[in-house]
Amino acid sequence: MKRIFTTVSTAALAVALGAGAVGPWGLGSGAALAADKIVISNWDGYMPKDLPEKFKAETGIEVEVALHATNEEIMGKVVAGKGKGYDVLFVSSPFAEVLHKLGLSAPIDHAKVPNFANLYPEAASLEYDPGNTFSAPYAWGTTGLCYRSDLVEGTPSSWNDLLNPSDALKGKVTMLATDRWLMAAGMLAKGYSVNETSQAKIDEVKSQLIETKKDLLAYDDTTFYSKLVSGEASLVHAWDGWCNYGIAENDDIKYVIPQEGTDLWVDTMVITAASENKDAAHAFINYILSADNGKWVAENILYKVPNKAAMEALDGGLLASFPNLDMAPADMMKQEQLRDLGSAQKAYTKAVTEITASN
Amino acid sequence: MNSQRRSLVLALPGLGWLTVFMIVPCLIVFFFSFFERGVYGGIEYNFGFDNFLRAAEPIYLSIFLGSARIAALATLIAVIIAYPAAYAISLAPKDRQNTYLFLVMLPFWSNYLIRTYAWIVLLNREGLINKALGGAGIITEPLPILYNDFAVITGLVYNYLPFVILAIYASLQRLNPELREASTDLGAPAWVTFLRVTLPLTLPGVAAGAVFVFVLSIGNFITPDLLGGGRIQMVGNLIYDQFLSARDWPFGAALSLILIFIMMLLLFTQAVFVNRAQQARAAPDG
Repeated sequence: MKRIFTTVSTAALAVALGAGAVGPWGLGSGAALAADKIVISNWDGYMPKDLPEKFKAETGIEVEVALHATNEEIMGKVVAGKGKGYDVLFVSSPFAEVLHKLGLSAPIDHAKVPNFANLYPEAASLEYDPGNTFSAPYAWGTTGLCYRSDLVEGTPSSWNDLLNPSDALKGKVTMLATDRWLMAAGMLAKGYSVNETSQAKIDEVKSQLIETKKDLLAYDDTTFYSKLVSGEASLVHAWDGWCNYGIAENDDIKYVIPQEGTDLWVDTMVITAASENKDAAHAFINYILSADNGKWVAENILYKVPNKAAMEALDGGLLASFPNLDMAPADMMKQEQLRDLGSAQKAYTKAVTEITASN
Repeated sequence: MNSQRRSLVLALPGLGWLTVFMIVPCLIVFFFSFFERGVYGGIEYNFGFDNFLRAAEPIYLSIFLGSARIAALATLIAVIIAYPAAYAISLAPKDRQNTYLFLVMLPFWSNYLIRTYAWIVLLNREGLINKALGGAGIITEPLPILYNDFAVITGLVYNYLPFVILAIYASLQRLNPELREASTDLGAPAWVTFLRVTLPLTLPGVAAGAVFVFVLSIGNFITPDLLGGGRIQMVGNLIYDQFLSARDWPFGAALSLILIFIMMLLLFTQAVFVNRAQQARAAPDG
């Protein structure tokens, strides 16, 4: 999700594709050699900085944290290197599904993760992985509209407020650039599924989004909340947890789920099949799923965690400041979940290229 | 024989570096470009030319052409700004010239990303320029000067201008002042001397600088991403997306090869051009 700041480091990958980045030539980070060390890969800023240290203090297991900017980036590395060198990956649910389909994920042994008991029952019935057999949910939430209530007239209520903005909002809205969420906004506005694969509907949404582009300030996956804070943008397409970063700086910023509904996204933890230290990896997941650590994660990153014990321990003041933290799991479950699109992914990619290249 | 061997030894580290980090990666890119993306990314080893055919589809062609247009505009503007600047520096007293050149290079001491991000601070709706113009009563509505072609071209010109100034300055330095004096002695007005003596003889410098800006601009993806707000898609972004979002390495590799080919063609043309100019210059002397 965060693309800008790692652009420079990943430039090396795009240009000098070989020499260490690719399959047979071996993967960058070395395999966990010592038995008491694991390598995890997560988004930058998506986990409290002190967790690895605290984990080591408690278990003696050292955690090396690698960072990825996007789901796609870590998938590229893992698919090419068969997951070697990583023990636990933080990826969004459709990508966890892909890892599972490719046989790159290890089954999760619930006996080694007793803290699954802390999770909401809903978190065990997510349709991409009922029973959490190959993934453990880390954080979850919705995608919706984040806006400046002092700059937008009324309350935005529909995806069309974003896709066909009023004259006052033209040039002051941003949309997410990641293909699945960009397309989802268009699909939802037309009453289609966020996992729609029919080419005709993809084309229909593409035409709408090409029209929408003319009214957009920018596509933005990372700094949309600061555009709201500065007043450059008035209404942005946002993940709820990330809208909270804006709310933290300006309490005129609000979050709303459009009436057409939205997606329920889940960011998960997956143990790689290639992990040589699966016990330590399980211990790490168990540690994250503890009530205390779940609470600390939610407080630190301001995203909802599917951890009942953790969420119930959250301070009421925090929930009052960031109302979307208080969303009930039962309500979230009403939203559709993003699923892997299989071969239709290519059509999405092409549609998004055509949208962003249009004039 | 001995000096040849010495040259070889001296060149070895450079050659080794180029082989490992340039030639081998290029060969890997070349190799990948003939295969297919698997359903979930990765590479399926079915040989074919599909990626190159796909690159010729209208949507990708239009991205190539659009990038060339932006790079060409950036090049043109950079040359127009750089020539007088280089000329002014070359006319300055000798002891000041190095200071001026140092100032030209100074921005390179800061990070490319930060320099580019600074433009967002300047150009955005609530940014310095709009606030200043609004405050002075010159405009009532903020100017839309960010997240469009204008911003991207501005960013590219700003970042690559020093290279053009240096290239043109170098060729002005090499120019024998006696040629200009001779032209003046023979009664040519200053502008005729410039157009018929100075400019033609410094064209190789202009060409070197221009090719540099063009090549760096057409493959750039950070500037269009940041200053274009994701609304401007250049070849660099397209390639970036193939590797980091579409997970279509083979297609990305094919696009990279095409881009490398365009760049090599330009550099080659420029080399031929410079060569010819040098020969032409050398001819009258003997």
